[in-house]
Amino acid sequence: MTATERSAAPTPVADAPATIGAIEAKLRERREAGAKLLVPYVTAGISPDWTDIVRAVADAGADAIEIGLPFSDPVMDGPVIQEASDRALAAGTDPPAVLDALAEIDAGVPLAIMTYYNLVFRAGDARFAASLAQAGVSGAILPDLPLEESGDWAAAADEADIETIMLVAPTAPDDRLPQVINRCRGFVYSVGLVGITGERSELARSALELAARVKPLTDKPVLVGVGVSTPEQAAEVSTVADGVVVGSALVRVLLEGGGTSGAADLVGRFRHALDAG
Amino acid sequence: MTDTDVPQAETVSKVDTVMGDPGPTGRFGEFGGRFVPETLVPACAELERAFREKWLDEGFRGEFETLLRTYAGRPSMLTRADRISEELGLTLLLKREDLNHTGSHKINNVLGQALLAKHMGKTRLIAETGAGQHGVATATAAALMGMECLVYMGEVDMERQALNVFRMKLLGAEVRPALSGSRTLKDAVNEAMRAWVAEVEETHYCLGSVMGPHPYPFMVREFHRVIGDEAREQCREMTGGDPDVATACVGGGSNAAGLFVGFADTDTELVGVEPAGGAAVGRAVPGVVHGSKSYLMQDEFGQVLEAESISAGLDYPGVGPEHAHLAAIGRARYEQVTDAEVLDAFQLLSRTEGIIPALEPSHALAWVMRDREALAGKTVLLNLSGRGDKDVEQVQGILG
Repeated sequence: MTATERSAAPTPVADAPATIGAIEAKLRERREAGAKLLVPYVTAGISPDWTDIVRAVADAGADAIEIGLPFSDPVMDGPVIQEASDRALAAGTDPPAVLDALAEIDAGVPLAIMTYYNLVFRAGDARFAASLAQAGVSGAILPDLPLEESGDWAAAADEADIETIMLVAPTAPDDRLPQVINRCRGFVYSVGLVGITGERSELARSALELAARVKPLTDKPVLVGVGVSTPEQAAEVSTVADGVVVGSALVRVLLEGGGTSGAADLVGRFRHALDAG
Repeated sequence: MTDTDVPQAETVSKVDTVMGDPGPTGRFGEFGGRFVPETLVPACAELERAFREKWLDEGFRGEFETLLRTYAGRPSMLTRADRISEELGLTLLLKREDLNHTGSHKINNVLGQALLAKHMGKTRLIAETGAGQHGVATATAAALMGMECLVYMGEVDMERQALNVFRMKLLGAEVRPALSGSRTLKDAVNEAMRAWVAEVEETHYCLGSVMGPHPYPFMVREFHRVIGDEAREQCREMTGGDPDVATACVGGGSNAAGLFVGFADTDTELVGVEPAGGAAVGRAVPGVVHGSKSYLMQDEFGQVLEAESISAGLDYPGVGPEHAHLAAIGRARYEQVTDAEVLDAFQLLSRTEGIIPALEPSHALAWVMRDREALAGKTVLLNLSGRGDKDVEQVQGILG
């Protein structure tokens, strides 16, 4: 048997560094001030003025912003974010252009990239992590990179001081939750339902149940995303969680041509509901 | 024991042998793995546990073998193709997976997965399909076992393979079009994975090839190993030894994996044949999509490219991770053929042997025809993975 025939085990996942990054620091500070946390999602390249939209979302009350880096095969995303990704890709959006644009933004809140692992793998873990840091991005969410496969990326991200935000899901058994949470930086992304991104008419019971399972396990900020569609749902789930991620509801407004003012209006309504709740 | 710690029993072969057990992390060398949304991680672990347990269980193996024998029509024959052999100057042996119930090798895997799903208490199967063969096979297994069935199929493929859409409906399955991207197999996989994320508790995703997250590449290969195991015995009986070459078409690569695994420990040369427009191994760029690390057609940034092939069943930009590994270590090699060469092969086999092959295995024959000088005098075992009835209308349209 030659060495190349041997199965190469994935790189073991090192413990998360004890240092607190920019996203987590900001979210903790806001939480300590009594606020519920709001992290909206904007697809990069969805329209030529997407960086203006990011600024408008920040000004309307976001505590941090997720920037979707469009991928050709987004298996965790529903029709709205698929459509936004397709539109952005058709307009020629590519990762270097997005990062160059982000480097020019001073949104006033920390930013996290949300994308799929192949874009990272193709660039190389270390190179991709360094390019995020260089663009002033603080964190990354890679929904198809579960804990067991995240060793190479986590090492590169930790080295570049990029916070890797991990997802926890309602399907996780109790013994799995602390393993994933321990590796989370920035915040714990608590998936609101068993399914993909998209708007739902009602908040799934699983959103409240999972947040209630996660909260006692960590003092990291716990935000619920996927299926949080209205300001009322955001307020409801934030009675248990520290806040919400809002994706499809905002992206739909952008797809429908709402632009900066439509985005600011929607984010403002989420902010108001969270502050009033 | 944590959720993802799966008891490691020996299955059929040891870890770290060629085409052996990929171990708990599902690695074939540097390829494979389990790159799925967190929601699916426990389901993949549960499936791996169930598969490893049942594959060692004599009762389960007995049920599976009975289904293969009394329902699928196994063992499939080995046919010596004398007229085409004479024309090409070699000895061509055809493993007749085209004679299985539903017309292709796909039935082996779906009977295995449907039986496993039933043992796991799942009530519903979802599947993706390209040419429609895997969809028809899954709908068949669902009907047989009284399970619900939902098949995702690219809108373009639904047009190319309208009869298979009707077959699935006759069998009681629901067929949903995949409307995103290239609207072919890749997009059908995306839709099936999204549906699985949403319905993971009651639904089994009956994946149709040796791709996807661990344990699928391993499990699907094992359900198809009957092809290679039978062929090895049949070749020895017919010719007194192993063939010089074993060849099969490769899209995701399930029929090739099933064939190759029977000869991995022999001196037989293994040759996979890809469509030129979907040559993931030919381009040899590693990537991660649909749950595993393998070779993947992609642009400089990692966006997945659309494959283009005359054959809907091979119209896929990736390849199963074990094939990437077999190519990387040199145990198998992968050739590419054009649509025009495939059409020639399709016609030659029809004319000389009275066997109308599917366009997919016509790829393997196209390579044999092209390389006949290098293969002169050799014994070539070709996996005739499916019959051509589904393709006749399309080919008529092209040839006029």
